[in-house]
Parts: sequence; C-alpha cells; structure tokens
Amino acid sequence: MSAPHPRRAAVTGIGVVAPNGTNTEAFWKATMEGVAVLDRITRDGCEHLPLRVAGQIRDFDPPAAIEERYLVQTDRFTHFAMAAADLALDDAGLGRSDTDAAPFSVGVVTAAGSGGGEFGQRELQQLWGKGSRFVGPYQSIAWFYAASTGQISIRRGLKGPCGVVASDEAGGLDALAHAARAVRRGTDVMVAGATEAPLAPYSMVCQLGYEELSTVDEPDRAYRPFTTAACGFVPAEGGAMLVVEAEGSARERGVPVRATLAGHAATFTGASRWRESREGLAQAIRGALDEAGCAPEEIDVVFADALGVPEADRAEALAIADALGPHGTRVPVTAPKTAVGRAYGAAPVLDVATAVLAMEHGLIPPTPNVFDICHDLDLVTVRARAAEVRTALVLSRGLMGSNAALVLRRGAAGAS
Amino acid sequence: MRRRVAVTGIGIVAPGGIGVPAFWDLLTSGRTATRGITFFDPSGLRSQIAAECDFDPAAHGLDAEQIARSDRYLQFALVAGAEAIQDSGLDLAAENPWRVGVSLGTAVGGTTRLEHDYVLVSHGGQRWDVDHREAGPHLHRAFSPSTLASAVAERFEARGPVQTVSTGCTSGLDAVGYAFHTIEEGRADVCITGASDSPISPITMACFDAIKATSPSNDDPAHASRPFDARRNGFVMGEGGAVLVLEELEHARARGAHVYCEIGGYATFGNAYHMTGLTGEGLEMARAIEDALGQARLDATAIDYVNAHGSGTLQNDRHETAAVKRALGAHAYETPMSSIKSMVGHSLGAIGAIEVVACALALAHQVVPPTANYETPDPECDLDYVPRVARERRLRSVLSVGSGFGGFQSAVIMNLPREKTE
Repeated sequence: MSAPHPRRAAVTGIGVVAPNGTNTEAFWKATMEGVAVLDRITRDGCEHLPLRVAGQIRDFDPPAAIEERYLVQTDRFTHFAMAAADLALDDAGLGRSDTDAAPFSVGVVTAAGSGGGEFGQRELQQLWGKGSRFVGPYQSIAWFYAASTGQISIRRGLKGPCGVVASDEAGGLDALAHAARAVRRGTDVMVAGATEAPLAPYSMVCQLGYEELSTVDEPDRAYRPFTTAACGFVPAEGGAMLVVEAEGSARERGVPVRATLAGHAATFTGASRWRESREGLAQAIRGALDEAGCAPEEIDVVFADALGVPEADRAEALAIADALGPHGTRVPVTAPKTAVGRAYGAAPVLDVATAVLAMEHGLIPPTPNVFDICHDLDLVTVRARAAEVRTALVLSRGLMGSNAALVLRRGAAGAS
Repeated sequence: MRRRVAVTGIGIVAPGGIGVPAFWDLLTSGRTATRGITFFDPSGLRSQIAAECDFDPAAHGLDAEQIARSDRYLQFALVAGAEAIQDSGLDLAAENPWRVGVSLGTAVGGTTRLEHDYVLVSHGGQRWDVDHREAGPHLHRAFSPSTLASAVAERFEARGPVQTVSTGCTSGLDAVGYAFHTIEEGRADVCITGASDSPISPITMACFDAIKATSPSNDDPAHASRPFDARRNGFVMGEGGAVLVLEELEHARARGAHVYCEIGGYATFGNAYHMTGLTGEGLEMARAIEDALGQARLDATAIDYVNAHGSGTLQNDRHETAAVKRALGAHAYETPMSSIKSMVGHSLGAIGAIEVVACALALAHQVVPPTANYETPDPECDLDYVPRVARERRLRSVLSVGSGFGGFQSAVIMNLPREKTE
C-alpha cells in the first residue's frame, strides 16, 4: 500500500484571501508574526446577535478583483473563490493561454459549507417581503454550494473534472484529496480549495445552534484552544485555493514542486461526539501516514484542528499521541487559525497553504492568544519557531462528525 | 488487480409511490406523478406544478424525534437508506465500520427549513437584522449541507469516509461516482450512496421561475413534463431520495449477496461555458461518456440503453441528443434513450441517484422505462426516446447521464456482472 503513486500530486500555486491578508505575502507575514485579527462583528444587521466576534475580511475590494458581470451573479463566498483561484493560477504561472491549450486537463474542486448566505438572504427578503416576481435571475446560481466551482470553471475556461464536496470543516482536506486523486487518475492540473462567507445576519443566526460556538465578546479571549480558558470557536470568512498538479506536468513547465499531497484519510465518528473523535482522528492520521509511506517520527509539524472546546481539545491531543506515539508529545504543534477564526471548510485549506509556506521559510508560525497549555503537546505559542519542515500533518474535524488528516511532503519529495 | 464495484441494495422515495416496487410499477406503467402543488399556495408563480411525494415518515419507521430534527430531504434519505440496507442483506454490525463509507448528494439540502425559519426570524421578510429568538432548534442542521451524509452515517454506523456531494443537478450521479471511486481505490469496502432533495418550496420554485426553466403548463400538470417532445416547455420540479449500497465485488460474493449490477465507470467534466446555458454541440458530456466507457473498458456499441438527463427544457434535450450522438456515433440511433423525469419530475440533486436506481432495475428486469408524454417529434431530437410504453430488451450495459447548473456534465455506466476476469 505504501508504494509511491505513479503520478504524484504537487502543490504549484497558492492563493489566499483571509482576514489577516488578501494575498499570500500579506497572509504569511501576519501569520508568521502571530498577528491576531479577530474582531467585533461590524456587519450591517448583526449588531444585536449574541455572536460578537469573528474573523472578517476588511480589505478585499471585489470590483478590483472580479469583473462586474461575475460580481452581480455571485455571493461573497464565490467572490473570494474566484479571487483566490486567480492568485493561485498566477502563482503557478498558469495563464489563460496555457489552460486554453488543454482545457480538459484542468479541473476545479471546492469544498463548501456556508453557501451564498448573503445573496440568499437578500432574495428571501425579496420573495417574502415583496413577492415572487421580485426574486432575481441569479438566486438559482448564487446560493447553491456549487457556485464557486462552476464560476471558476467558466471564468477561467477550465473543462476538466469539476467537483464540490460539502463535508464539514474536514471537507476542505477532502477537496484537496479529491484533487490529488483526479491528478493520479490522469488530470494534469486541479484548482482546489475552499472559501466561505458565513457572516450574513441570517447565516449567523443559523450558526447560533452550534453548541461549540464561542459567544465571548472580547476578541483576545474568544478562541483559545488547548487552554483552561477554551470556550468554543469563532467563525471566519475567506479561504484559499491551491493549484494541485501532476509532478511531471510541473517539471515539464519548469515550475517548482513546492510540496506534494502525499497521504490523506477521512473517518466519521458522529456529530459533536468529541470524545469519540479521538479514535476517529487517530485512525485518519494512521491512514494518511500509511498512504504517504511516512513514519510518525518523520512528521516535523502538526497543524491542529484546535476546536477550542475542552473535550474536543483533549480528544485531539490524545489522538495525536495515539497515532504518533512518543513523537506526539515532542513534535511541534501549531494552530495559526486562532488569529483569524475558523472559516469552516476553508480552515484546513488555509492550514495547508500555511504548511507549504512554513516549509519554504523554515518557520513554524505561532498560535496567537493561546498561553498556558493544559495538554501534553508542544504547542508553538507567542512567536514563530525556526525549524526544518520536510513533512507536515494537517488535521481537521467537522461539527457534523468528520475527521480528516493530510500529509504534505516538501518539494519534489526527494524520497522515492 | 482492479477492484470491481457491485450494487447490492437499492431503496427509494419517489413521487408516485414509496419504495422500490411502487417506483418500478410507476416507471413501467408510464403513468406520471406530476400535479398541482399542494405543499403551499403557489398562486403568483409562473410554474405551479410539481411531482410531490405522498410521504408519511412515521409510516416508514421514523420516530417522532427523528422526524422533528430531520428536514424532509433527510427523512427521504433515512427511509431509502433503510430499504437499501435491508435489500442488500448486509449485516452492518458484522462489518468493520472504518471500511464503510457514505457518499450522498444534494443540491439544495436544507433550504426548505432554512426558508421556513427565515420567515419567522425576518417577520415575514420585513427585516434584514433578523431576530434569532424566533429560530427553531434544528436550524443549524439545515444550514450545514454535511448534515445529509452525517445523519445517514450515524443511523447506519458508518465510520469510514463520509461525504456530502453538492454539484447541483449532477449531485446524484456524482455522489454515486465518488462512492464507486472510493471502493475502487480501496478506501472502503462498502459505501452507502445516493442523493436526496426536497426543493418544492416557495424560494426554490421562485428562483427557477425567474429564469423560466420550469414548465408553465399549470392547466395540465399530468402532461407537463415532455422531454424530447417538440412541445416541451421546461422541467417540472420533483422531490425524492434514492440510496444504493455499493460493495467491492469479492466482498459481496463472499457473503453470497445478490448483485444487481456493477458500476463500470464514472466521469464528469465542466463545459466552462455558462452557469445555466448549454452549447449545441454537447462536447463535454460526450467526453464524460467516452471517459466512463474507457474506465468500463467498453466500446460505445456495448451500450444497450441510455437513461437521459432529459429535463424537458428546450436547450437541454437538444444538447443531450447531440452529446449522445457524438459519443455513441451511429449506434445512438439503435439505442433506446428515455427520460423518467417525464414521470417523476426533476428532483434537482436527487434525480441522478433516482435514475441510477432506475437503471439497476432496468438491468434486473430487462425492461427499458419509457418517456411519458412523448408525442410530437422535434427534428433536433431524432433518437429513439421510447415513447410512452415500457419496452422489453436485452440489457447488459447501460449509461446514465446528467447535466447541471455550473456547466457540469456527468456519466455513469452500469453493467450486469460478467464472469470473465480482467
């Protein structure tokens, strides 16, 4: 089972639109410096809700990034997706003429959890406030979860395999794994990732039912996983798209293989059954290591799920120990998402982007707002830590019960 | 050696009757289950018709708590899932739960409850700053699309890869395709797959009204869904759920399971053209068919039946006819191709899985379901659409295709098991 895949899936481009940076450089700088940007929610119509803190994107100007005809027919989550896809394709050196030369060789897969909530709320208000004649022609294509994959495919002329997974937070890793499998099956390039926009008033009302949600109103205290002050998670918007490419295709184009998606596995242990997620997450880690042909000791950093719920944090710390053995308490663990919040399916995709950047810079970014760890983990806090990162493990769990693990290898994976 | 994937159980909730026997009876009778909308007052809408399920969840084994916390589309999936598991004869308690996966599709998921609670919190669409105190206790489950696969995995205690697939109107085919690849690639031995949607709600009807995609034949609902007919004027909304048990073939044989058929190939491509528009050429759907044929190691001439997307919109049926001719060549003219949407409507994300179940039954019974309401030929749609009457035919390999918003084009190939080893 651990034989190397004949077509390895490489990361050749990264595009980030996040609360702490709307391009990859700004995102990495803020992440490395541990700048926390969680803030009081200032969206129109949200002032009165008992959810006060989130990771909001403030410096994204949609008309500067996206043509008017695409803007009018899409929700904010798709604006982020289109912009992030552009950044990733540019980063990979793939221009329109490259993809037009072989459109069936380039596909798109996204994970989606929030859908087009702001657009949807506006049209629901038209329908129920005024009447069915006032519902606009774009509601049918803006609200649904497939909007981002479809619009990226159309706007960039990409005719390869198109997919949409909606499997919780962990779906972000599933989408990347889906892309890696498409590459192994013969597609040259996949544009893959997730973006979310869950901060419209009605979307926030929908999230209030999650018992794991933090309702603390001080931004520095609202999301503090692995501490005795853990009080739940904070939602965020934004995300990342990556270019996942056959290693041979990257070599032919003369672009660097920045990392390979070496192993992935996903399991399910039930919605909000956090104690049971220990076994599920450990099982996912073992599966991902096995597919990557990777020994536990080879893992140089773990990007934790870090839900911020005491029982879930404990389960995660124990799962890391269960699956990695003694190495589990020695390996550096980090959760840079405490700076920006959890952007649902996009959260682990941001972590994968960060992992690739950490490999390139030899720096493990810290976990802002988190001190005094109450679990047996070497959590990187306060400031970034210099380290050679050859292999990274990214973990994610979803509120509806999914667990996933992804192993990344640096560069062309010199091994093999 | 390549792992082969068998269908060993099927279950269904569809308009016109709940459960596999009622569904097959409807399809082979050529009756239609389309009618005037009864779920809400549709006046003011352009299209006021739909294929509704007469579905009583309590009569199908769901308890009061399951009913209260599960949206209608989840109820469909739970009921169809129970039928499929029972049909498969699989003893899930004896399976390694980490090797049992779930892959279910939905296009609009929990939107019916999202809309219901929206009306409460917005005081009937009057306020943007919605009042959270009016929201129901299960709203968060409607907000998250992953609730579908999660609810089914919890019910049947699957612990392997569990995912919800949401590619709009190809969700059902894609969910089955993902399940097929999951088993083929060795990530699970059993996968509970299928799709569910309950889109007959004011907001979903209104948004298809806005683009005139649905049929306005309100005065004759029984004959409103007319795929491939020259007088077709849009699709008729439907609802329902279908679940299949997929199993690695040797795993199924080892326990002596009945094998309906194998999944031979699955592919999907984007047309990169328009979110709702289709080209006349059908290039991308043809490519999906060719790719799926390649996986199944079949020539185009091996296809004995095409289960069409056949939504009954002007552009879809033309596009699809062109695509099938492009992929199957002259053989397309000798191959029956029908649309069951003429009878059960178009249930968005669910219909692809409902059509896969129809294909499994067609193979089992060696009968091709008809296209109801087909009367007047359209010169641009010149294939054999099996008008109105089911047809006996020797079927070994069948093809089901789907086309959806976003430009997605998907194809699944199903075969009767052949004993030759590969």
